[in-house]
Amino acid sequence: MEKMLMTGNEAAARGAWEAGLLFASAYPGTPSTEILENLSNYRESLYCEWAPNEKVALEAAIGASLAGARSMAVMKHVGVNVAADPLFTFAYTGVTGGCVLISADDPGMHSSQNEQDNRNYAAAAKVLMLEPSDSQETKDFVKLAFELSERFDTIVMIRMTTRVCHSKSIVTLEDRQEHAVPDYKRNISKYVATPANAKLMHVKLSERIANMTEYSNASPLNTSEYGGAKVGVISAGVAYQYAKDAFGEDVSYLKIGMSYPMPMKLVEEFASRVEKLYVVEELDPYMEAQIKAAGIACIGKAIIPERDELNADIVRKSIFGNEAETLMTEKEAVMRPPTMCAGCPHRGFFYALSKRKNIVVTGDIGCYTLASAPPLSTMDSCFCMGGSISTGHGAAKVFELTGKKERVVAVIGDSTFFHSGITSLMDAVYNKSNSVSVVLDNRITGMTGQQDNPGTGYTLMGEETNEADIPAICKAIGIKGDNIYLVNPLRLDESGAAIDDALSKNEPTVIITRWPCILKKATGNDRAEFDLSPKKCSINQEKCTKCRVCVNTGCPAIYSGKEIVINSESCTGCAVCKQACRFDAIDMIAKTV
Amino acid sequence: MSVVKSIILVGVGGQGTILASKILSEGLMEAGYDVKMSEIHGMSQRGGNVSTQIRFGDKVNSPIVGKGEADIIVAFEKMEALRWLEYLKPGGRFVINDFEIPSAPILMGKAAYPEGILEELSVKANTAIFKAGEIAERIGNTRTMNIVLLGALVKALGMDGVDWAAAIKRNVKAGFEDINISAFEEGQRQVEG
Repeated sequence: MEKMLMTGNEAAARGAWEAGLLFASAYPGTPSTEILENLSNYRESLYCEWAPNEKVALEAAIGASLAGARSMAVMKHVGVNVAADPLFTFAYTGVTGGCVLISADDPGMHSSQNEQDNRNYAAAAKVLMLEPSDSQETKDFVKLAFELSERFDTIVMIRMTTRVCHSKSIVTLEDRQEHAVPDYKRNISKYVATPANAKLMHVKLSERIANMTEYSNASPLNTSEYGGAKVGVISAGVAYQYAKDAFGEDVSYLKIGMSYPMPMKLVEEFASRVEKLYVVEELDPYMEAQIKAAGIACIGKAIIPERDELNADIVRKSIFGNEAETLMTEKEAVMRPPTMCAGCPHRGFFYALSKRKNIVVTGDIGCYTLASAPPLSTMDSCFCMGGSISTGHGAAKVFELTGKKERVVAVIGDSTFFHSGITSLMDAVYNKSNSVSVVLDNRITGMTGQQDNPGTGYTLMGEETNEADIPAICKAIGIKGDNIYLVNPLRLDESGAAIDDALSKNEPTVIITRWPCILKKATGNDRAEFDLSPKKCSINQEKCTKCRVCVNTGCPAIYSGKEIVINSESCTGCAVCKQACRFDAIDMIAKTV
Repeated sequence: MSVVKSIILVGVGGQGTILASKILSEGLMEAGYDVKMSEIHGMSQRGGNVSTQIRFGDKVNSPIVGKGEADIIVAFEKMEALRWLEYLKPGGRFVINDFEIPSAPILMGKAAYPEGILEELSVKANTAIFKAGEIAERIGNTRTMNIVLLGALVKALGMDGVDWAAAIKRNVKAGFEDINISAFEEGQRQVEG
């Protein structure tokens, strides 16, 4: 059989395809995004889509299961917070077609705002959970998850983590097994969660937990390796790989592949065979708490960190106290923080915004959050997807009620606006906020790597589709026509005038900026609407006074050394620096390449 | 425990570290090794530093390399070599592209690009230094810089026996196979075995 190096995300897509999956829905989010992107490569035998948010993605997958298909919803860890509402009730009803929810957690917060441990969700919602530790297991577990979902009549959660999602290891490929969709039958008592029905569903859920627990104790997903009676290690997910490197072959392991319900009988047996028991897990003491609650002595978070991701070094140091010998130097590498790209349309708008006084900028999740970093430093908060407009509304009300001089500008991206910003804007409109909401429409979902969304006119399957109209949405939820501003964010005068005019009003206003992400592969419509011809800027050293105003736009193409120069390779000719320059020292020239 | 070798490739977004790592891992897999490769995505696309880590041997557990554990570090940019020094095993080897990409604080004039990196690192470890970009330019395509560095890495690793040409051909654009193989061979000449 063919073997291939695959990331966990590629393997998850492959496993779902092999299992006969018919329907998948997701909202992009690192480290989960590539699962659906890879799944779309199998589009000839299945259907997959980007949903506006994770709740919608899970609900669509639930509907597909109700209609009898094997279905899947995929999201990053914080996405499960958004999808938690349908998850908890779907846990009651059970499934028709097997249904899988992949949660991609991000220990260490490589690309996230928190590092919550979503194993807690499986325990709280009482749904079967699997934790793969490499790509082969990811493929195997995803395939098995569909069977288990149908066998135990429950949605199955798969908890992946960044290092499982984005690490490649060898996977054996198999063929797809088609899964027939049965004829539809109405089943009111199973699927209509009214209080009367739900009481009975809850009883069934308890029975299901008993069945799943029995399976967990006998399941090949939970395996032990005997390496002596002195030390035993219980671990799960990629932490198992770290434990193997740290402890070596002379200890016994119990590897937990199914971590809800926990196989407590297996754990008891294993614990009775070893003198000292360690629990090695990333983030929360999820397993440790259950093991201790069963009266079994073990060592875990007392010595192993519960913050940040683990690795073999950290486990080794925690357990044995020894660290590898390393080479050292007095020299220090300068930080290399991510920045907005040269030519990023957000830079112009935020540069204009940074010049306004007494404003509080509530931020959201996207590339524009980089505006919080120097030199722009134009952001006051960032919590969650879609939260900028509603937190901005709350803050604006308090400033207004208490007669403070501050005014609120809430900023949000196009994809984030569709995700959950629309309901926030409705709150601001309905409750007569004087906050200025800004939709930074860069015609794509940028931060996660160029995914289509309801505003781009294309689907994940690569088809043309209906396009959401942001100004029309704003108007429809009650923003007055005069209070909707459409601006080119690369024009400092346009952006500044819109901000000033919006701030002069004491009612809800929306500024919509519209220019494609510089990394976006332009569509025909983009080329028709925007002047994307190659250009670049160059500094006239005779006129340059080295005032550094251009440097303070934060453009990575501008280098401030003995002279201030623009790197012609990376400059895209967006001309934000040229507009900021007060000495007319920056020229616009056609790009010669 | 079986012997596992660890390699780290470091650079800045857009330098082609991920493609080089992909070719390396595939070649090693074809040669019969168990291989794991880990990369960090996401914010790194926005001018941040990029690292990929490869571990190979009879049986590999952790996909990531610990401090003091890398047998070889290939730095596509020299300040990145400095940043990752503590990951190099004492006695390990550095392959460094003599090339500077200033980071945001340096561009803004808030910090200076550290001086004397190459001299410092040469004292600490067995270090091969060359200008991969210029070599790539001489061959006729600056974008083959990553493959020049891959050639040097393979030589330093002593893995010349693997069919690298096949792995390269599978992974580069049609029509660019020969120039990439030249780049690879030129890279091999930059390092003593």
